[in-house]
Amino acid sequence: MKVVEAKIVVLGSQGVGKTSLVVRYIGKMFSKHISPTIGASFFTCNINLEDARIKLQVWDTAGQERFRSMAPMYYRNANAALLVYDITSANSFAAIKGWVKELQSNVPEPMVLSLVGNKCDLQESRAVTQSEAAQFAASIGAAYCETSALHDQGIDQVFLNTASELLKMSSSSLVSSLRSYDSTDTDEKLPIGTPTEEKATHTGKVELPALNADVKLGELQKSLCC
Amino acid sequence: MASTSKNIPSTANPENVTDDIEPGACTDSILNPTDSFEEFASEMSSSLEERNTLAAKSSTISEIQSEIGESSKETLRETKSSDNLQSKDDSISGSASSSNLTEQNGEDTECERDEYLRSPELVNKEKHVFILSSAGKPIYSRYGNEDKLAGLCGVIQALVSVVEEQNQDILRSISTKDCKAIFLVKGPLILVAVSKSNESETQLVLQLTYAFNQIVSVLTLTQLNRIFEQRRNYDLRRLLSGAERLIDHLLIFMEKDPAFLLGAVRCLPLPEKARENITNAITSTCSKIRDLVFAILIAGNQLITLVRMKKYTLHPSDIHLLFNLVRSSESFKTAESWTPICLPKFDATGFLHGHVSYISEDCQACLLLLTVQRDAFFPLSQAKHTIAEKLRRSNCLVAINDALNRNKELPTTNPLKHIGIPEIRHFMYKCKSTAQLFTSDPISLDRLQDYRLRHKEGGDITEKKIEKLSDIDYVRNYRKFCSQIHCSSTPAKLIFRSNSENTVLAWVTNGFELYVTFDALMEKDHAIRAVDRLLHWIKKEEERIFIMHAPTF
Repeated sequence: MKVVEAKIVVLGSQGVGKTSLVVRYIGKMFSKHISPTIGASFFTCNINLEDARIKLQVWDTAGQERFRSMAPMYYRNANAALLVYDITSANSFAAIKGWVKELQSNVPEPMVLSLVGNKCDLQESRAVTQSEAAQFAASIGAAYCETSALHDQGIDQVFLNTASELLKMSSSSLVSSLRSYDSTDTDEKLPIGTPTEEKATHTGKVELPALNADVKLGELQKSLCC
Repeated sequence: MASTSKNIPSTANPENVTDDIEPGACTDSILNPTDSFEEFASEMSSSLEERNTLAAKSSTISEIQSEIGESSKETLRETKSSDNLQSKDDSISGSASSSNLTEQNGEDTECERDEYLRSPELVNKEKHVFILSSAGKPIYSRYGNEDKLAGLCGVIQALVSVVEEQNQDILRSISTKDCKAIFLVKGPLILVAVSKSNESETQLVLQLTYAFNQIVSVLTLTQLNRIFEQRRNYDLRRLLSGAERLIDHLLIFMEKDPAFLLGAVRCLPLPEKARENITNAITSTCSKIRDLVFAILIAGNQLITLVRMKKYTLHPSDIHLLFNLVRSSESFKTAESWTPICLPKFDATGFLHGHVSYISEDCQACLLLLTVQRDAFFPLSQAKHTIAEKLRRSNCLVAINDALNRNKELPTTNPLKHIGIPEIRHFMYKCKSTAQLFTSDPISLDRLQDYRLRHKEGGDITEKKIEKLSDIDYVRNYRKFCSQIHCSSTPAKLIFRSNSENTVLAWVTNGFELYVTFDALMEKDHAIRAVDRLLHWIKKEEERIFIMHAPTF
């Protein structure tokens, strides 16, 4: 079985729901009383895709301005980034541009970027249109998706899409920081620092999900130029 | 009401006890046994000039880095470069975060502002705390919305600067009939407490110092000074967003836990063997990690163990800030965190990097591994899992849970019942040499639940209701005894006060401080005999209620 180990960093302004998103996906829960992240939190998860297993090390960073100077520590050697904004806050969307610029100038190797508009359950106070976001995602070569951590919409797709892009990237063997190897024994020993959660958190296929009317907000739009 | 208050000369009292027992005493301490009141003394003796330039002392962190052979030059450069990044980023993200701080100044008419000062959000509170920059910009208000307090902050700033500039003097406090306002200027910040409580000026200065240290802990003194050197008019709330809650919690915590009053740390009572096993699990796992400075295990605002790098100890106030951080951050429960933490007494100039995580889902003890190495997350994460596994295998998690849940079979769960002196209603004991504290009614987790309530809802002065007194009420009552004992001009050694409500004995020796509340109208001899027995009990249980060793890596 092919195993790919990748580092993924979650970036965005404070209060856009980065932690809620990650906790929803990995912990399968949602809490209204989540306190601001201090520094960064570390999660791991495994995604089985086709014939491969993608081991993700997820760095969920703090959005407060005072942690901004620490960000390089987390995105260094990252293979993927989730750029999260709040669809009800134009400022949080504008801040993404700063993050992209910073990543482009500080991370030499190619990265899988995903633009994530969270809180799409708050349609009535939307401040960032889908077309605006899709256009921006296309311009930076990112996948674009809107999600709701509250209603668990679209989040699986974000992670699955990222995993499948990482898998593609690993076959191209251009990226040295992305570790991939073949393993016959899935219980082989873990690299340092990986907690023992061995079960795959998600097994999925990458076809676009068959969406019914209720979850159309979670629609995944592949970018045009990646 | 009959109330006598007199100081008995220290020679004429329980005597023989003093010399041979100092329960909890230990030659080697993990904590700095410094008095919290020395903070006040140094504050009071500071000159105007010293006060305005909070010079950072030499950095302990870089000392450690050079000791363990880190190329300290490199790390220095690293920090510098990230600092540059910081200022560069100001322009990028400034727009995003400042949006949260709606600028309302200027729109308000003066009359509306005055009105606000009389609103229920602000009136009738027992204690206000305001923090502003020396330029008069609001940074924090315990109650209400600091945006609307720009006028008040202007007045505070004017008061401070008028006294400074025209009289070359320092404004310390203003007293009215039922209220005192305490002013503390620390570097670029002005901190003010306006209190109707029975806390003394010293105690309020101490609390303001803690609030200042909380800000330093989030930003470091270096960054704080630099920001205001660059822009005197800076709105510090941008950098503190998300940290106001730490100050809120700290203020409540200080009012409720005598640990702050006495400058001591509470330990989780544990069987000696269990604590030893826990310490061994940590030392054996971490001894090879060279850049680890402190490994601290805490639960429910109590210290379980602290293992440290040789030569370095922690100040109780730094530990209090760690308690406060863990207590107010639910987010540590969901995952392992990698967090910058500045411990102001240890080194105010820089951050330590902390691996923070709870031991396991079934044990609410939180492990903090603090290092000078910013890339050490993975080795520390590995160490944490090894430690957790060892603790589970040696049944230490059960011991911790028993203590936390106050298992009825433990003698420390209900000490008064166990000691068997019915006249004692409450006591608190501080061992001075180790800066550790034990009280008869250990603060319970449920009592701290109200931490979660928005602070805005509480804090009102209420009419006294007579019901069963809690730990907090006794502690409130001890405050004035405590300030008499620590009074710098005429310190008391022993205070015995008996009236129709209760009898309080406060006693300080070289080794300890003890505060006991007895039934009303207690005889002096009787009280002294009871105290004697109490001290013997503490001595007997000292290995359980105190940390008697000072392990190093």
